[in-house]
Amino acid sequence: MPTTPPSASLQEDRHPAEPAVMPMHEERVVLDNESIRRALKRISHEIVESADGTERLYLVAIPNGGVPLARLLADNLESLTGSRPPLGILDTTLYRDDLSTRGSRPLLRRTEMPSSVDDRVVVLVEDVVSTGRTIRAGMDALMDFGRPSHVRVVALVDRGHRELPIKIDYVGKNIPTQPTDRVVFHAEQLPASNSTGSAGRDARDEEITVGELELVVRSDGESLEGPE
Amino acid sequence: MSKILIRNGRFLDPSTDTDIPSGAGELLIEDGRVAAFETGGNPIPEEGAEILDAEGAWVVPGLIDVHAHLREPGQEYKEDLASGGTAAVAGGFTQVACMANTAPVNDDPSVTKYILDRAEKESPAKIRPIAAATQGLLGEVMTEMVALKEAGAIAFSDDGATISDAAVMRRVLEYSRIADAIVIVHAEDCALRGAGVVNEGAVSTKLGLPGNPAAAEEIMVARDIRLAALTGAKLHVAHVSTAGAVHMIRKAREAGLFVTAEVTPHHLTLIDEATMGFDTSTRVAPPLRSQTDVDALRRALADGTIDVIATDHAPHACYEKEVEFTEAPPGMLGLETAVAVCLELVRDGTLTPIEFIRRLSTNAAGLLSLEGGSLKVGSVADVALIQPNQEWNYDPARGFSKSRNSPWAGQSLTGRVTATIVDGRLVYHHERGVLIR
Amino acid sequence: MIGRDILGIADLSREDIETILETAERMQEIGTREVKKVPTLRGRTVINLFFEPSTRTQTSFEIAGKRLAADVVNFSVSGSSVSKRETLLDTAKTLDAMDPDAVVVRHKVAGVPHRLAEVLKAPVINAGDGAHEHPSQALLDMLTVREQKGRIEGLTITIIGDIAHSRVARSNIYGFKKLGAEVRVAGPPTMLPADVEKSLGVKAYTNLAEAIEGADVVMALRIQMERLEGACFPSVREYAATFGLDRAKLRYAKEDAIVMHPGPVNRGVELSHELADDGPSVILDQVRNGVALRMALLYLVAGRGGH
Repeated sequence: MPTTPPSASLQEDRHPAEPAVMPMHEERVVLDNESIRRALKRISHEIVESADGTERLYLVAIPNGGVPLARLLADNLESLTGSRPPLGILDTTLYRDDLSTRGSRPLLRRTEMPSSVDDRVVVLVEDVVSTGRTIRAGMDALMDFGRPSHVRVVALVDRGHRELPIKIDYVGKNIPTQPTDRVVFHAEQLPASNSTGSAGRDARDEEITVGELELVVRSDGESLEGPE
Repeated sequence: MSKILIRNGRFLDPSTDTDIPSGAGELLIEDGRVAAFETGGNPIPEEGAEILDAEGAWVVPGLIDVHAHLREPGQEYKEDLASGGTAAVAGGFTQVACMANTAPVNDDPSVTKYILDRAEKESPAKIRPIAAATQGLLGEVMTEMVALKEAGAIAFSDDGATISDAAVMRRVLEYSRIADAIVIVHAEDCALRGAGVVNEGAVSTKLGLPGNPAAAEEIMVARDIRLAALTGAKLHVAHVSTAGAVHMIRKAREAGLFVTAEVTPHHLTLIDEATMGFDTSTRVAPPLRSQTDVDALRRALADGTIDVIATDHAPHACYEKEVEFTEAPPGMLGLETAVAVCLELVRDGTLTPIEFIRRLSTNAAGLLSLEGGSLKVGSVADVALIQPNQEWNYDPARGFSKSRNSPWAGQSLTGRVTATIVDGRLVYHHERGVLIR
Repeated sequence: MIGRDILGIADLSREDIETILETAERMQEIGTREVKKVPTLRGRTVINLFFEPSTRTQTSFEIAGKRLAADVVNFSVSGSSVSKRETLLDTAKTLDAMDPDAVVVRHKVAGVPHRLAEVLKAPVINAGDGAHEHPSQALLDMLTVREQKGRIEGLTITIIGDIAHSRVARSNIYGFKKLGAEVRVAGPPTMLPADVEKSLGVKAYTNLAEAIEGADVVMALRIQMERLEGACFPSVREYAATFGLDRAKLRYAKEDAIVMHPGPVNRGVELSHELADDGPSVILDQVRNGVALRMALLYLVAGRGGH
């Protein structure tokens, strides 16, 4: 997208009905900590209701945003059902369809899949879904780990602009956006003060607790980075 | 017969310590000799002479290279007497002494005569063959030095190889006395050098390439100096590259021994770090050495311990050099770039212009008992014009040598030979090209 | 880094090295999966051009390429360019005409990968050039040390053996120093290169005990018997006695010191039989990490863009 700043002549040429050009870096908090946690509670209920028994659930977070969300979901599911589903982290970078031939390859993130996905109901957890390409990459990656019986998708936010036929099973909020907007999920991660010693916790869980959460939309007329 | 009148240049004649500023001198060449040389500002009458305007140039006795490899007979794919002789005059050299490591080796009068004969027909520069000191350059049996000298050889050398057996070297030096010729040595202890391809030191350590220690040269120079003392022979050390060798040569001369030496343009201006990129045009024997060595070589050239600058012009075909560093034959071109590269020593004050020319011309004439190196009236008319400040881009592909192996390829150089006269004939002019043959 | 040649550790910045190591840590996980493959370099061609035979390194690069779904082609070339009458320039041009996305080169003469890199549009990865550099080996060594010790900064690393002829030594010296470790070298004087302390920035020892005193990592290099016995040291027996590592000598190093070796080990020479297999030796981790490291390199640089 062109990044010429607004100028007087541009204003004059504009059709009167068009919206005003947004000033640089307008940022609005679309979801605050409370709303996000409420949405996650609701999603957890939905998962429990629609699942055919929750013993086969396996949460797989897509880093970075999906990780704190998946942790909170795991906490919720544990209080709802008494047992905590296994929690994996699956980096999809190596499965992307847009790795460039110039510049630099993106840095890889940690992948940790503590148990087998065979016959499991895998729930991919992502913060923001847009084009659907990351979820597609996530499914490809998942297939290399085994054969899940079902794959579901949780997204905190669906911002639209789908390019692939990817459906979100559980969504926190639908937020219409401009293609040029940037939607950023912030999650404060704090060192754990204590652990509750439940069975099924993975090692990473014990290191960190999730603090303040926030979802922000930034409109600045600059193009998006990366697939969403 | 042609007449050439040179005017407007700065005339430098080391043979008479003459340095005439621009505008005050004029030189008339007639019938292959210097007919008149005016230094007091009186013009010489033109009378049908071709005028050569040397505005901005130094007018100097034709340069003399005591060490070049012209590859004929046998390796004409990389150079021959025609191309080598042309490269020479383009570099200001009117006489070139060529080494014997051809195929066949110049260890027989028939080969010497062949070279002279071919040079007469093909080369614009005068070629002076150096014959081998031992047959086949094998370092075992000495050559027929008397016959070779009679055939036209001006000195003896196994350059390219070294005579490792001290007893053989002793006899070669002793025998050279009846031929009254100098013996030129490529001083290197081959066993100690081993597989070394770069100077042993920080560079060989960092590059992981086999190193050639300075000691390999120093040991052999020490040996050859002692043998020269023992035999009373005339020893000339080729391409000196180490401070250690310089030190020993200086001591030997102070002691009255006949030991002379030469240094190449590359050993005066490049150090071993130039090989850090593995460019095979920097692979040379002896290798490029350290800054300490280069400093010692420059001081030695300035104080006279080293008598001449000699190019060691060593052409190799591109495909011979485009191989692994350790497989590439050592050597680089030198005839067309020597002046530009060595002018650095004038620019930084190591040598004055006249001392610079002395080491490229007059001293060489004395060393090899050749006519030349002088602008005195009656001297052979070998003259070169040098524009010391002219910048030019050196592209060996457009040069006169058949080969292209030079570390200065593609570089901008300062100082250019603009005209060369051999035996009174203008054989090279930078705008008109090579005019004879 | 796409399209960038990896010719030596000397040309890599500390940041470059960190990036490569972090990426390699991610790649380690792929080796633990059932399906040890990701589609990342699908359709890309990696050419292994080995002028010097090397099953280990060549196989390691081959597996690395295949795990990234690349098409890996092995060229084993014997003889120098002179013996084959094909100049390096021609070899490079021929390869370039095949449009590879990466070329991995090993040669027994230093500088060959550099010559090829001048012509090839694809990135050239140096798999060992003479005694000059072996960057992927040093990187996997650094990865292994970081894995074992949690860090590299502040550690003391001692490298023992034929330093003069070792590309593994040089690359490791450059790499570990860039990451803040103190590096020492040890060997008989005939195997220490000229001016080693100043040229490479290490402390040199001819006494093994002093060299490994307090060391965190002891790395033994392979001795090339064919070339050196009789020339650089009188006998294998004497080398083993003075510079070979065994449990007893290892006591001079720190208690939790690890033992490394680029392999293959000459048992009883550089390492005693027990040390070659036992606890403090991390040789097999080095091999395992080699694949992950080479995957990281291919991931980061393969591709013809950006040259």
